Amino acid sequence: MHIAKDLVAASATPLVLGILAEEESYGYAILKAIAERSGGRLEWTEGLLYPLLHRLERLGHVEASWRTPEGGRRRKYYAITPSGRRELAEQRKQWDAVTEALQDIWKATRSIGPTASPVLEG
Amino acid sequence: MTVDDTELETQIAEWRTYMLRRRAVSGADVDELEDHLRERVADLTATGLRPDEAFLIAVKRMGRMDELSREFAREHSDRLWKQLVLTDDAPAEAERRRGLLVMIACAALAVLAVKLPALFGFGFDDSAAFYLRNLGLLVLAPLTVYFAWRRGVDRGTAAALIGLFALGAVAANAYRLDDDSQSIVLTAIHLPLALWIVVGIAYAAGDWRSGQKRMDFIRFTGEWFIYFVLICLGGGVLTGITVGTFSAIGIDAETFISEWLVPCGGAAAVVVAAWLVEAKQSVIENMAPVLTRVFTPLFAVTLAAVLVAIAVTTNAIDVERDMLILFDLLLVVVLGLVLYSISARDPGAPAGFFDWTQLALIVSALLIDVLVLVAITGRITEWGFTPNKSAALGENLILFVNLAWSAWLYWSIIKGRKPFARLERWQTDYVPVYAAWAWVVVLAFPPIFAFA
Repeated sequence: MHIAKDLVAASATPLVLGILAEEESYGYAILKAIAERSGGRLEWTEGLLYPLLHRLERLGHVEASWRTPEGGRRRKYYAITPSGRRELAEQRKQWDAVTEALQDIWKATRSIGPTASPVLEG
Repeated sequence: MTVDDTELETQIAEWRTYMLRRRAVSGADVDELEDHLRERVADLTATGLRPDEAFLIAVKRMGRMDELSREFAREHSDRLWKQLVLTDDAPAEAERRRGLLVMIACAALAVLAVKLPALFGFGFDDSAAFYLRNLGLLVLAPLTVYFAWRRGVDRGTAAALIGLFALGAVAANAYRLDDDSQSIVLTAIHLPLALWIVVGIAYAAGDWRSGQKRMDFIRFTGEWFIYFVLICLGGGVLTGITVGTFSAIGIDAETFISEWLVPCGGAAAVVVAAWLVEAKQSVIENMAPVLTRVFTPLFAVTLAAVLVAIAVTTNAIDVERDMLILFDLLLVVVLGLVLYSISARDPGAPAGFFDWTQLALIVSALLIDVLVLVAITGRITEWGFTPNKSAALGENLILFVNLAWSAWLYWSIIKGRKPFARLERWQTDYVPVYAAWAWVVVLAFPPIFAFA
């Protein structure tokens, strides 16, 4: 299944902040976590992830630090800040409103639900 | 296996060199991406691929380099600034040539705009009042055309730009102002300021709400100013040599210089400087930050010395007209230094010594502003409102609010309580206040003060 670009972009910030709210992490691990959480349906590129992380850092929602784990390479870790948690809560409120409205619509138009139209998956 | 590993290392090293050439991507970003690449290669080799195959797939997944660097540039517009053309080299060459042609056309337009009034009897030498009112209009319109053309603004933005310039033309010429009135001088100072922000709208291709675009325009303003001053210095040398050599052979070149060389050269320089800022970015980006770094501590020391002198002698500030302009100019220079160093600073960098000097500069400017405000209010309560004093009062209040809040934000940033982006946002959010004030002075002051 292909998820539209706009939707991917809109959900990017809450996804990253949510993953970092659980524990601090680094780029590649975040990308893998997103693929796992979405069952492989959300495919992010590096061009989306890293500029987004840098923007969140600039806005003060996350804090970055370079660390070298034992026997490993130097790596940039990101951790969520209190301001990031507030932003996540705010985003969550907005997403709840959207999904609630969508649930309502899906119920009302059940006849054209996802099972009704056969889709050929490539 | 070791052969594979050295091969992989060579490939990664090569990839790094290519990546580092992208100016939107910094060295630290490449480190971060390399870590990502290695991690993916390790995951793929774990599933049974050979390292070189894994490298190919990992690089392929990362996406095409220019796409990746374009995404980075979108976030790091301060780096994008260094590489305005994010395409391959061949189209970039064509683009540069097109930029040059547009620049030449607009510079010619500027010359035409300055000389055209002469056809209707407004010579540069004998119609000083006409040029005093309209010069900003005549030279900034071609600059706006240049940016509107280069950025390909949409029809709505173009209409808004034309409308604002028409408003400026009406404001400058519709009121009957005496040639020696205060209002005509105020219009001459404030109309170019108001129109400069209109240039900013064209610069941002109509996207004037964007904070990043505003920051880019602030940065552009500082660098444009440096180039313009450099061109004018060169022009001064040229003028001197022309006068000297022609007088040596007994020809008086003065009329040619004051009617043609200075007005046409100056008008064209406005557009040429704008083009140079974008075309020769790598030259200026080394110079402008150095200038701010040198002059910020010097201005901080000077302002502190003025404050100490006032405290020791207890002399009040003399608010004659020239003094008012001087102090406003001083505050504007301080604000310019602050704005420019904010725009050129890496927002992620921790606070250091330079930030302390900057805070010292802002605080001493703030104290001087308070003294000027006290002096102006004193004069106004004694003699009543005049256009000059009201304009000065308004400007000082606007600068006071900006400096006071900047000082507070800077303090919080140095203490690590707020991210640097807050100060950047405050400055970009404040830009419309200057625009609004400049338009108020130009449009509302003459009727309010009975065209005094």
